[in-house]
Amino acid sequence: MSKRTDSNGYTLLFAIGMVLVVGALLAFTASSLRPMIDANKRIEKQQNILYAMGVNDNDESSAIFVSKDKVADEFSKYIKKQLVIERTNVSEDANAYLIDVKKQQTAAKAGNVRKLPLFVGEKDGKTFYIAPIRGKGLWDAIWGYVAMDKNMVVQGAFFDHKGETPGLGANIKQRYFMDDFIGENLMNNGSFKGITVSKSNNDPKNEDKNDNEVDAIAGATITGDGVAAMIKSELGLYVPYFKTLK
Amino acid sequence: MGLLSKKDAALITDPLADNNPITIQVLGICSALAITAELQASIVMSVSVLFVLGIGNVVISLLRNIIPSKIRIIVQLIVVAALVIIVDQVLKAFAYELSKTLSVFVGLIITNCIIMGRFEAFALGNGPWRSFLDGIGNALGYAVILIAVGFFRELLGSGTLLGFKVLGDPIEKTGLYALGYENNGFMLLSPMALIVVGIIIWVQRSRNKALIED
Repeated sequence: MSKRTDSNGYTLLFAIGMVLVVGALLAFTASSLRPMIDANKRIEKQQNILYAMGVNDNDESSAIFVSKDKVADEFSKYIKKQLVIERTNVSEDANAYLIDVKKQQTAAKAGNVRKLPLFVGEKDGKTFYIAPIRGKGLWDAIWGYVAMDKNMVVQGAFFDHKGETPGLGANIKQRYFMDDFIGENLMNNGSFKGITVSKSNNDPKNEDKNDNEVDAIAGATITGDGVAAMIKSELGLYVPYFKTLK
Repeated sequence: MGLLSKKDAALITDPLADNNPITIQVLGICSALAITAELQASIVMSVSVLFVLGIGNVVISLLRNIIPSKIRIIVQLIVVAALVIIVDQVLKAFAYELSKTLSVFVGLIITNCIIMGRFEAFALGNGPWRSFLDGIGNALGYAVILIAVGFFRELLGSGTLLGFKVLGDPIEKTGLYALGYENNGFMLLSPMALIVVGIIIWVQRSRNKALIED
């Protein structure tokens, strides 16, 4: 028994119609919501940068950003300078926080000079240098912001991820993991060493701050290695600038 | 149930137990393994599937007489994908924080076999209201198992529930940990989800022998 809907002509027409309707619907949704989504992303970047330098609404155990309506004021209050480093050339740019690290990484691979953003923040008389980092976890991108003092000792860190496993790799954005980095020295005897996310369990309470190690998350080896790798490769690029600060 | 006829009510209640999509039809296992290491993730996933399956079933049911049978699977896939993308975009604009927790599930919702299974088996042959009830029922059946598995995995694997330390602090050695209790890290790995689902299937079938197949 052949139905009207079985003919090739109808099938083709239906497919074309469906594509047009669904395509238009998605394009309309995407373009009408675009400005709001972009605004949210800007707010998030500012929140992340402030979080790394310790400007946040953290309670005892969970990580909480400064609220959305306050973030713009707090950002201009605490972030004194936004620098863009291109090799030895350092310039100021009030929108340096919008530099897309992913695009810069691609540009560097193609042989272009990479723009390295660095945010200089001040809080309670202390100066923080905050750098964005980006790398690969187990499933997808991971990124973050690390706040350092002028000797490259970590003062605060924030990590986030696109799709790490909930309960395992996704825990890199938990307080207990991020807080472990505070006080860790990125340098070792004058040379840059980075921070390894270590499974050796040498220092589970994280009391030794000069071992270039933090304790890993069980069941999240590859995400942890990704964090260590991005700290090493990304923050290493800033070493020449930090040498000029001395 | 004054609101629903007996037949309609069964659409909701059947998938909760004796026709459960996970334990009886063994659909949607992949997402049950992937995201049940935490109770919160299980709940978020359950709500998302409830939403997508409820609406998707209605859309497919409304289109059921005009969908060409040769390309029906592709049409179903497009409906799910479009729904999920729209929800994702709207959340990104109005509830950015929530959308970040959800982003990891988006791909898992589109490929969830329960959704395609219900479209194909039910919505293509039934009216919108019954399809809606069927979608809700199956999503709830899915939710029950997901939340049960998430509960045991987070409790035994991390000693927490929804992030709260219910068994004491493993580093400070308080609560149960003072007695020498250790978290079972194996519970956090995917194979244990399969074993927990297996135990649920076992319990369910030993209580109701009619479910046992030859």
